[in-house]
Amino acid sequence: MTELTIYEKSVSGRVGVVMPATDVPLSELPEDLLRSALDLPEVSELQAVRHFVNLSTKNHAIDKGFYPLGSCTMKYNPKINEDVARLPGFAHLHPLTDDSASQGALGLMHTLQEWLAEIAGFTGSSLVPAAGAQGELAGILMIRAYHQSRNDTKRTKILVPNSAHGTNPATVSMAGLQVVELPSDENGDVNLEAVRAACDDTVAGMMVTMPSTLGVFDTHIVEVINAVHACGGLMYMDGANMNALLGIVKPGELGFDVMHYNLHKTFSTPHGGGGPGCGAVGVNNKLVPFLPGPIVVIQEKPARKGEPPLYALEMPPQSIGRLKAFHGNFGMHVRAYAYIRTYGGTGLREVSRHAVLNANYVRSRLRDTYHMPYDRICAHEFVMEGHFEGVDSVHALDISKRLMDYGIHPPTNYFPLIVPEALLIEPTETEDKDTLDNFIEVMLTIAKEAKENPTLLTEAPHVTPVARLDEVRAAKQLVLCCRPLPQWALDQAGD
Amino acid sequence: MSYIPHTDVERQQMLAAIGVTTIEDLFEAVPSRYRFPKLDLPDGASEMEVAAELQSFAEANDHAGDFALFRGAGAYHHYIPSAVNHILLRGEFYTAYTPYQPEMSQGTLQAIFEYQTMIAQLTGMDGANASHYDGATSLAEAVIVGLEASRHARKKIVLSYGIHPHYRAVVRTYHQWAGLDIVGDDADHSAEDFANLIDEDTAMVAVATPDYFGRMADFRELAKRVHAAGALLVIVTNPMALALFKSPGEMGADIVVGEGQPLGIPLSYGGPYVGFFATKMGLMRRISGRIVGETLDKNGVKAYVMTLRPREQDIRRERATSNICTNQGLMALAATVYLSLMGKNGMKRAAELCYHKAHYAAAQIDHLNSYTVDQSQPFFHEFVIQCPVPVAQINAALYEAGIIGGIDLGADYPALKNHMLLCVTEMNSKDEIDTLVSILNEVSEKAGVTA
Amino acid sequence: MPSWKTPETLKYLKSDEWILIEGDMGTIGITDYAQDQLNDIVFVELPKVGDVFAKGKPFGSVESVKAASDLMMPVSGEVTEINTGLKTRPDSVNNSPFENGWIIKIKITDADNDALLDAAAYAAYCQTR
Repeated sequence: MTELTIYEKSVSGRVGVVMPATDVPLSELPEDLLRSALDLPEVSELQAVRHFVNLSTKNHAIDKGFYPLGSCTMKYNPKINEDVARLPGFAHLHPLTDDSASQGALGLMHTLQEWLAEIAGFTGSSLVPAAGAQGELAGILMIRAYHQSRNDTKRTKILVPNSAHGTNPATVSMAGLQVVELPSDENGDVNLEAVRAACDDTVAGMMVTMPSTLGVFDTHIVEVINAVHACGGLMYMDGANMNALLGIVKPGELGFDVMHYNLHKTFSTPHGGGGPGCGAVGVNNKLVPFLPGPIVVIQEKPARKGEPPLYALEMPPQSIGRLKAFHGNFGMHVRAYAYIRTYGGTGLREVSRHAVLNANYVRSRLRDTYHMPYDRICAHEFVMEGHFEGVDSVHALDISKRLMDYGIHPPTNYFPLIVPEALLIEPTETEDKDTLDNFIEVMLTIAKEAKENPTLLTEAPHVTPVARLDEVRAAKQLVLCCRPLPQWALDQAGD
Repeated sequence: MSYIPHTDVERQQMLAAIGVTTIEDLFEAVPSRYRFPKLDLPDGASEMEVAAELQSFAEANDHAGDFALFRGAGAYHHYIPSAVNHILLRGEFYTAYTPYQPEMSQGTLQAIFEYQTMIAQLTGMDGANASHYDGATSLAEAVIVGLEASRHARKKIVLSYGIHPHYRAVVRTYHQWAGLDIVGDDADHSAEDFANLIDEDTAMVAVATPDYFGRMADFRELAKRVHAAGALLVIVTNPMALALFKSPGEMGADIVVGEGQPLGIPLSYGGPYVGFFATKMGLMRRISGRIVGETLDKNGVKAYVMTLRPREQDIRRERATSNICTNQGLMALAATVYLSLMGKNGMKRAAELCYHKAHYAAAQIDHLNSYTVDQSQPFFHEFVIQCPVPVAQINAALYEAGIIGGIDLGADYPALKNHMLLCVTEMNSKDEIDTLVSILNEVSEKAGVTA
Repeated sequence: MPSWKTPETLKYLKSDEWILIEGDMGTIGITDYAQDQLNDIVFVELPKVGDVFAKGKPFGSVESVKAASDLMMPVSGEVTEINTGLKTRPDSVNNSPFENGWIIKIKITDADNDALLDAAAYAAYCQTR
């Protein structure tokens, strides 16, 4: 049952929001610049509200049920964060307000910068990047700028494990450098010998996810870092899996030079159906001058003890430059601040302790039924294979689709690429034991169904608003817009 | 402990099932030297305390709720109908993930499809993606498309001086190692001089209407010159202006980008906003960002799904043209809800209010002896004022009267010392405008400036 | 043991392109193995007539729902014809990879390429993957 589009519900002449009358004399409009037609919906406010409410009911969401998406950290999004982000003093603050008139916002950002640096063991940070991928771009551009500043211009390569998230190699290409892909060993760790063999003076650095995308702590990460440093390269950490590391280990202390955080993973800012996020970056002394700006600095120390300092926005001296207009997704900074303030240092460690506890509990209850390629203690997530011996028709995809019939969102499918039929499961710390037990029961049931009645899986899902989709048709017959071309376009095409 | 539901009994049961004694046992793989560092942060606090602390941060800012705001320059104060926020606060929308599993995400997918449609209609293009981070990064991504279209054979990008300075800076950051020749924005070139910069090495030309200074133009002639040279034309625009004025698509743009913040998204000190990106069908497979298409499920029911996925980073990896993954999904939803509520009629009214109030203000200010407003080109809701005294002095006087004045252009443009960029929207009443005008007058009289 | 068609008259690359060499003209496409791996092909990105490519360089790409592959030149040459039928029927590559699913025709400028395999060598290679 598909909902009609908002256009299909429109009736010519219907008015939604009523705007006030014009309280100034009218001025002439430039006739030759006016548009001929405006094709937007015409619905009443009630129709619009019903439309979007009805659409929303077709979604699964954290607020509705379990969402064990590996590497996404689908933890509870606290409601207080939504309220504070909407305070008028934040929501109605223009980004180009004079620094002297935005000390509250600047103070919050400066404190968050310091907290993020402290949490991961870095010297400085920038809240500018809009998402993890942009944080990665900042990190690689900073590494490149660092070597350039030392006239070390031969370094054109970045080492990337073959288990890396796709944004890693894509980022390297965007920064104009060359990806050197390294294999993983049988433990799921990056192959140390391969790292050592690849390290030379043409290597700018290496990108590593810690814990790895397979959900395990790399047992020789320090040796990897040392090898790269020894040849003059810098180490970048993809912080997507930071939910396992809060108060457990500081990447900066291990030797990482730069990392990005995903505020929309680790620090509970909501995923919003695809975004927004914030990919803040932390750096050590080497890279502080290159941070993407502007960042918040202390312009003047307080006149008296107990008073706040004077904050200001500033471009770092050798900044890689602006990555977006203004200074970052401030609304997400507010939410992350509230989250970190709620937990404090000890509390954040509890987050990681329980995230890792939950993942290991689920893993240990499923390992007898599903094949685990790395059967060892995991971090905050683990990967297992979604297929059964003797049942050729059932793949990870089918298990995922069947899970939907039980009201559970599938785990991450087919990532990391190096595990066949991968199912990457990350429960997060906000799920209680009953929810986990229910998930385990469902997964065990699905395993039985696969052997006894595989079409239940291969034809799934059965109870969702729509069944499996024809993705080939979507790609071949591109329909990206539900309105016809305007008259001027038809006229032009006729020319 | 906030949001962590475990009881002691449950912890013990779980540890027993795993086969370890304590939670610490689960971290053996972390080198002991570095394990369990102290986090030097304030102790955790209750929700009540956190709310109070955030409240005091918020109160230490001068914002458009307390002041009359006449500042634009890429972020605009418009009325957001109540219903937008109520929809955005539905957990089914904001706590949902990227719609990779379409069967459980039809709400998000259909909303994006409708967003794509509305953006395409506003901009006069064939289709749009599901969003970029903001207007600036949309432009940087458009440049990537331009470079790819010529298979990187052409290295010249011509940017107009009228494009927002932050946007031009972002283009340069993104492409700092690509060996590009980025020209055109060194001065406010005439249309002819600007067009003469286009040659066979030009991959892409970018202009704006309305531009950073508020000016609008018809780029049909420029489009012909750009296409004759085999290059692509990108037009940066403002979606509120598009409710009244000719779409860039009609002018011949190949790609249209801009900032969607005016569409139901609060100022929020600079973000999160939403970058829209619209293009012609022929370029659709070359653009980055998520795209939602219409299809059928296996029972013939109409459904929506993310399509053209092989362009994206998770499939193309180092061959992807962009690394974008997370976008600004919820803000695109805000824009969709806003456009649905405002509709054709509401959008036209809001744009008209902006236009007439801005032109009233411009006329009143221009009428003052010592101030001049450049009205040589048509403008939407922003204009440049030549002032008799430094802008900072004027803004200080305005501030005393509860008004946040315009931008001091001299800061970014040395040739525009003592020039103010003023923005007027439907949120500015006639009284506020009259007060602003009289204060401008007072300031120049006090300074003893004669005409 | 699965097997894929590997016509004797063609030469192959490990990246799964085939070439039929007739004098100084060549016809290029992708193999049965490749179309089987890709599944339903939804789009073929074609070069323009007149484009010149060196051996080993990408001249286009082939897309399915879940994957995209660059197409590599088996030899150096200039594009003389492109299979425009693929614009509306990309699935020709799946149905008939060696005949109707041909992708480009070229005038060969340099046929020398150590990387070219004969049918037997390519078929053996496919068995090891």
